[in-house]
Amino acid sequence: MKIYLTHVFVDDQDKAEKFYTDILGFTVKNNVPLGEHRWLTVVSNEAPEGTELLLEPSDHPAVKPYKEALVSDGIPAHSFQVEDLHAERKKLGDLGVNFTVEPMDAGPVRMAIFDDTCGNLIQLIQMMDVTK
Amino acid sequence: MQDDQLDKIFKALSDSTRRRIIDRLSKQPAQSLFEVCAASVAEDGIALSRQTVSQHLAVLEKANLVEIIWKGRTKTHSLNITEGHIEAATWLMKYKQNGEEE
Repeated sequence: MKIYLTHVFVDDQDKAEKFYTDILGFTVKNNVPLGEHRWLTVVSNEAPEGTELLLEPSDHPAVKPYKEALVSDGIPAHSFQVEDLHAERKKLGDLGVNFTVEPMDAGPVRMAIFDDTCGNLIQLIQMMDVTK
Repeated sequence: MQDDQLDKIFKALSDSTRRRIIDRLSKQPAQSLFEVCAASVAEDGIALSRQTVSQHLAVLEKANLVEIIWKGRTKTHSLNITEGHIEAATWLMKYKQNGEEE
C-alpha cells in the first residue's frame, strides 16, 4: 500500500492551477473534467512519479469554516519540503508570494509559512542535519 | 487597583508555561497559535498541544497581558504591558515602604 494522493482545498481551481504551477513550479499531472470542476492534480518536478497533490474545490459546506479556523490559528494546510529554505523564500518573495512566517528554527527543521492565495497557509520545511 | 484585576494578573503569572509564553512574545510579537506552539518545541523541546496553548493564551488575554491583533485572517498575540500591570508589580512594594496603604 502507498500514499499516491493528498489534497488541498482551493477556493478557485483556475487560480490554484496558476499558483501551484507558475509560482511554486509544480507540473499538472491529471486534468480531467468532472462536472463543473476538474480532477486536477499536480506533482513535483523532483518526483514526477511521486505523490500527487489534488487541488480540490472548496464547495462542500464544511470546508469554508474548516479552512477559516486553520488560517485563524496560523495552522498550515499542507507542508512541502525544500533543499534550501533561504533561497526558496527569496525566490517566492520575488514572485510576490506573501510569507506570514519568516524562516525560523523549529527543532530538527527550519520552516516558513506562506499564503497560497487560495485560502490556505502552506508550510515549507528544510530538514536540518542535526549531526552537525 | 481592584482585587479582581489583581487576581487575574497574578493567576496569569502563576504558571511557568504562561511566563515562558510572555518571554517569547516579548522577543517576537504578533505570533499565531501555531507559532507559539512551534516556538515551544523549538526553544524548550516541549510539545504542548494546541488546545493547551490556546487555553494559556486565553488566561493571558483575560488578564490583559496579551493583546489580539488580526493580521489578515490570522489571529496574532502580542505582549501588552499596561500601567495596570506595573501597578500590580508594585503591589508588594508598598509594604516595603513604611507599610503604607494605597
